[in-house]
Amino acid sequence: MRPFVYEQPTNISAAVALASRFTNSDDAPTRANAQFIAGATNLADYMKLGVAQPDRLVDLNRLAEPALRQIRITDDGIRFGALVRMGEAADNSEVKRRYPVVAGSLKLAASGQIRNMASLAGNVLQRTRCEYFRETSWPCNKRVPGSGCAAMEGFNRQHAVLGASDACIATYHGDFAQALIALDAVVHAEGSRGARKIPFAKLHRRPGDTPHIETDLAADEIITAIEVPAIPWARRSLYLKIRDRESYAFALASAAVALDLDGDKVREARIALGGVATVPWRARTAEQALQDKALDEASAKAAAEAAFADAEPRRDNAFKIELGKRTLVRALLETRDMKV
Amino acid sequence: MSQPSALPATDLNRRSFMTGTVSAVAAVPLLGSPAKAETAGRSDTGPREPAVTSLRINKQPYELSLDPRTSLLDALRDHAGLTGTKKGCDHGQCGACTVLVDGKRVLSCLSFAVMNGGKEVTTIEGLSSTDGVLHPMQQAFVDHDAFQCGYCTPGQIMSAIGCVNEGHAGSEDDIREFMSGNICRCAAYPNIVAAIIQARDETKGA
Repeated sequence: MRPFVYEQPTNISAAVALASRFTNSDDAPTRANAQFIAGATNLADYMKLGVAQPDRLVDLNRLAEPALRQIRITDDGIRFGALVRMGEAADNSEVKRRYPVVAGSLKLAASGQIRNMASLAGNVLQRTRCEYFRETSWPCNKRVPGSGCAAMEGFNRQHAVLGASDACIATYHGDFAQALIALDAVVHAEGSRGARKIPFAKLHRRPGDTPHIETDLAADEIITAIEVPAIPWARRSLYLKIRDRESYAFALASAAVALDLDGDKVREARIALGGVATVPWRARTAEQALQDKALDEASAKAAAEAAFADAEPRRDNAFKIELGKRTLVRALLETRDMKV
Repeated sequence: MSQPSALPATDLNRRSFMTGTVSAVAAVPLLGSPAKAETAGRSDTGPREPAVTSLRINKQPYELSLDPRTSLLDALRDHAGLTGTKKGCDHGQCGACTVLVDGKRVLSCLSFAVMNGGKEVTTIEGLSSTDGVLHPMQQAFVDHDAFQCGYCTPGQIMSAIGCVNEGHAGSEDDIREFMSGNICRCAAYPNIVAAIIQARDETKGA
């Protein structure tokens, strides 16, 4: 592992100042000299593998601002402090009651130990587990810009069928992010240029020609909170995750669904898809396909067809298109049948 | 949470005696530098500067002088001499390195030791009392033959204690789901589940 200096700032502005001082402002955060660390579950692993090579680690766990560690429930929604751990949010009774899709996405992610470590902000910023990204012998445009993509013609069973480019087909593996994008969450960030709010849907960037630029954040910008707006009908929501094994695995396909129903008729549907795309994936065409329709197997199937209409399979991942459709159909019908 | 009681941390005095001996031998002594405690890493020091980390392991104070790259796992095994915590994959995939930090189960391989300054770490060595009385979870693993080769067992036991304390051991399905971060290649899973149920029930209301 590349040697690094370890820093423990005690407030947000000190953390930002450290990152600004030791990082070029045009560096992508994932390639910056100074990087933030919270739960460590993703970054420590990638530092061991040589995928991430910061020479300065800025530990956010000593930041004194209490809101960073709080889950606040208000009339406007729920505000998660960035340093709240996944396990705490998953177990929060109000989160479970108001937003089953959020609690479910957290509970089905990682393991008990990792959920106790991983911060919510770090979780949404987690990096892909593409085998060719993880192993530094392979060319990878995300790890070494311009070096090529070994996954494109490689063993790409777990790779993305939506949102890919000629440069990168790595899957975004997170679960929580799918619930957040479906519910129109907002990210609060603070950096050297001040504080700002970012719609969750604008946080992650599709790979395009620059797969090493993964988010809209600057290298010296910290997520301070994630806000989920109040949506009374989000009690009718769930997260369905399909994996190679029943637990502690990344999704092959997943669906975050929330439904506002009038009887069987869909007033509003929110749909996001995991395991199949390069970024958190809002399936707006599928949502529109259900608008004002009665939700039954036929309309759910039509929505699933719409969701995957632009899917592009590679050699080993074509199965994800059919699996993704079936996952969405099941998620829609199970959400419809929830007793709320 | 919903669990009526936490599993006891067992007899502190007798354990302190035993681990105190270990720490005196194995921990790196930092003579006359109390002011340095918990000042791990500063902007004016280079990466070659050891980070001084003060933490408590099994109720005993330790002051370790470490390369900042040292994982909590390596600090426990190679610097504190507590080899009960096992290194399996070293990448957060197997759970063999599970310990409790401030009472919560975590993976010691994915945490840098310097991040744990001021924390209370509990390892498998911190569970039983010196007169040989095992922690109820340890005894349950023996009673149910919940292992074969034993390599994953310290991590299984620490994770199981965390699982019960979190209130996630309500049913067999819950136990399987919330223990999924601990892999047992001998596949002792049914016995592990039975052991956790026994320890859970024994410590209820105790």
